[in-house]
Amino acid sequence: MPNMNPKKNAMPSQPADVRRTNYEEVALGYTEEIALDEAARCLNCKNMPCVSGCPVMIKIPHFIKKITEKDYEGAYRIIADSSSLPAVCGRVCPQETQCEAKCVRGIKGEPVGIGRLERFVADRHNAACDTPPERPAPNGHRVAVVGSGPSGLTCAGDLAKAGYEVTVFEALHTAGGVLVYGIPEFRLPKAIVKKEIENLKALGVKIETNMVIGKSLTVDELLEDGFEAVYIGTGAGLPRFMGIPGENLCGVYSANEFLTRVNLMKAYREGADTPIMHAKRVAVVGGGNVAMDAARCAMRLGAESVSIVYRRGEAELPARAEEVEHAKEEGIVFHLLTNPKEILPDENGNAAKLVCVRMGLGEPDESGRRRPVEIEGSEFELEADCVIMAIGTSPNPLIKSTTEGLECSKWGGIIADENGLTSRAGVYAGGDAVTGAATVILAMGAGKTAAAAIDRMIRSR
Amino acid sequence: MYEIVSKEILNPTVIRMDVKAPYVAKKAQAGQFIILRVDEEGERIPLTVADCDREAGTVRIIFQKVGATTDKLAEKEAGEFISDFAGPLGRPTETEGLKKVAVIGGGVGCAIAYPVAKKLHENGCEVHSVVGFRSRDLVILEDEFRAVSDRYVPMSDDGSWGEKGLVTNALEKLINEGERYDEVIAIGPLVMMKFVAKLTKQYGIKTVVSMNPIMIDGTGMCGGCRLTVGGKMKFACVDGPDFDGHEVDFDEAMKRGAMYKSFEREARECNLLKQEAK
Repeated sequence: MPNMNPKKNAMPSQPADVRRTNYEEVALGYTEEIALDEAARCLNCKNMPCVSGCPVMIKIPHFIKKITEKDYEGAYRIIADSSSLPAVCGRVCPQETQCEAKCVRGIKGEPVGIGRLERFVADRHNAACDTPPERPAPNGHRVAVVGSGPSGLTCAGDLAKAGYEVTVFEALHTAGGVLVYGIPEFRLPKAIVKKEIENLKALGVKIETNMVIGKSLTVDELLEDGFEAVYIGTGAGLPRFMGIPGENLCGVYSANEFLTRVNLMKAYREGADTPIMHAKRVAVVGGGNVAMDAARCAMRLGAESVSIVYRRGEAELPARAEEVEHAKEEGIVFHLLTNPKEILPDENGNAAKLVCVRMGLGEPDESGRRRPVEIEGSEFELEADCVIMAIGTSPNPLIKSTTEGLECSKWGGIIADENGLTSRAGVYAGGDAVTGAATVILAMGAGKTAAAAIDRMIRSR
Repeated sequence: MYEIVSKEILNPTVIRMDVKAPYVAKKAQAGQFIILRVDEEGERIPLTVADCDREAGTVRIIFQKVGATTDKLAEKEAGEFISDFAGPLGRPTETEGLKKVAVIGGGVGCAIAYPVAKKLHENGCEVHSVVGFRSRDLVILEDEFRAVSDRYVPMSDDGSWGEKGLVTNALEKLINEGERYDEVIAIGPLVMMKFVAKLTKQYGIKTVVSMNPIMIDGTGMCGGCRLTVGGKMKFACVDGPDFDGHEVDFDEAMKRGAMYKSFEREARECNLLKQEAK
């Protein structure tokens, strides 16, 4: 008999007043007991609607069934068949709009906690398993992957499993892309990313850091060098600014810079070589997951007050509901329907105040969300010695500008077909570099699709 | 890991190192830079390429001890390794078609000005180098500069080397003597570049400056190196580091460059204490 409780088991978490001062993981994960109880809520539907909501098509009811049988390694193998980064996805996927949105249990209650179960299985496997995955027999073909974020790692993993000799080129000094420079430790511990990357290395994937493709080597040089295909998974790394006065004042950061200092460069640690401003009053502009991450990092760095400034309303916040909830619990103030107009300096020329204007919601715009409109005469000042711009990113032009014949859209995204093939033979692309800033799992899905296409292309030669 | 192949102390605070980095050495051109990390806990700092040996696969960097990281780097000896060394980054200095150029170098900025002067010289351009240091004991690259310059004008703040005065005094004198330059390329402290640009603007001479702001990734990702150039936001790492000196907002760049001064001071004192304890 399935467990007919309409509510899913809550995620055990660090209390808000404790966690806002540390970098330990916020969500602690299901215990075995909770996992068994939650797994029993799955109806094991024959038509598996949840799977259609998963960008990498994990056979969700099958792995949950293995949990109910206490065959946790079996459950892990089912997930790992489809996903290269189970412990990562269990944490950062927006399940509420993907697999869980399709769950039948969600019609008359809450869906099965699929993400939480995925995390349980992955963590249990990582804690118990010391034996790295076995390296498959090499098939003699070489493929280059540019960028070691979720998309590149997935593509590399799938190709390595098929016997390809894969080299991943990473511009920074550490592999992982946004998983290491962007998403904070308290949401995704870096030890987990490291473990997933170690697993890929065990499969034979080579990772070359400090290689800025487009500069150190070009895509054409990779092809000349004997790589039979190149996958570009370089993400959307270029930060956007608003273009308002005062944006170049000291104390104003892009979210990318702020998060990179904190996460990749470990500026949150006492005695770190990389400096970060320990501001008193921080204003984060934007309403996405990146804005929530930046705000919660600022809080942990010891700010007296941290606020989110977002031009639309609560319902339009692009961040996951869970992240918004966590941020609120940690004391972050939300100034919704508010838009910055200018940053004012103090007498030393550092950021001091954010001039904002209240917004009303007008007719829906092309995104389907109601267009924010300024309310005349509603300007007010918000004290802020640090302002973080988290209003989105664009693809990096380094590869576009150094790869002849690689077609890109007007906004800079690489143009690729449904298999990830670009306008250049043998060159594939996917993830944020193609779509613009999106989610980890969509980037992984694109890496997976491209890996399959690359495999077909090379086999058919 | 990247090996330091050789090391030379050029003056009490300036050090030269040749680092084995074949990919960078193969591609680097005058005006481009690298990003390095000394060790696993280190910060990322940009340094402009001073020269490279494509055959040997080595890249020359010349740096001044100005903070915790450059102090730490200076302690490394030939045969030792540093964790990371990525590049070449940024756009090369444009030297095509120039017939007569004044290259202005100030202090350790001469390390960056030298490869530009050398490239111009190799292109058959007439090079006048105006080089300034605070005093004689800080002079670097004199022989190298002389070898690629048609005129070499040494200046020092205290008169202990060359003529006493600023590089701007010397440049103005050359212009007044009737020298006509296609372009002035100025590389040195922000305040020097600011005043060179101010001077050349009066004479209507195109002026290129090399900016060296605080950076993390060096690939356009963090935006920490942003500058205002001609009223527009530019990233030094991907749009530069060379910019039109008449368009750069130097005052803003100086403010941004000093953003972590107090942190730097503390980190440095902390390092010195540790060394004394040893």
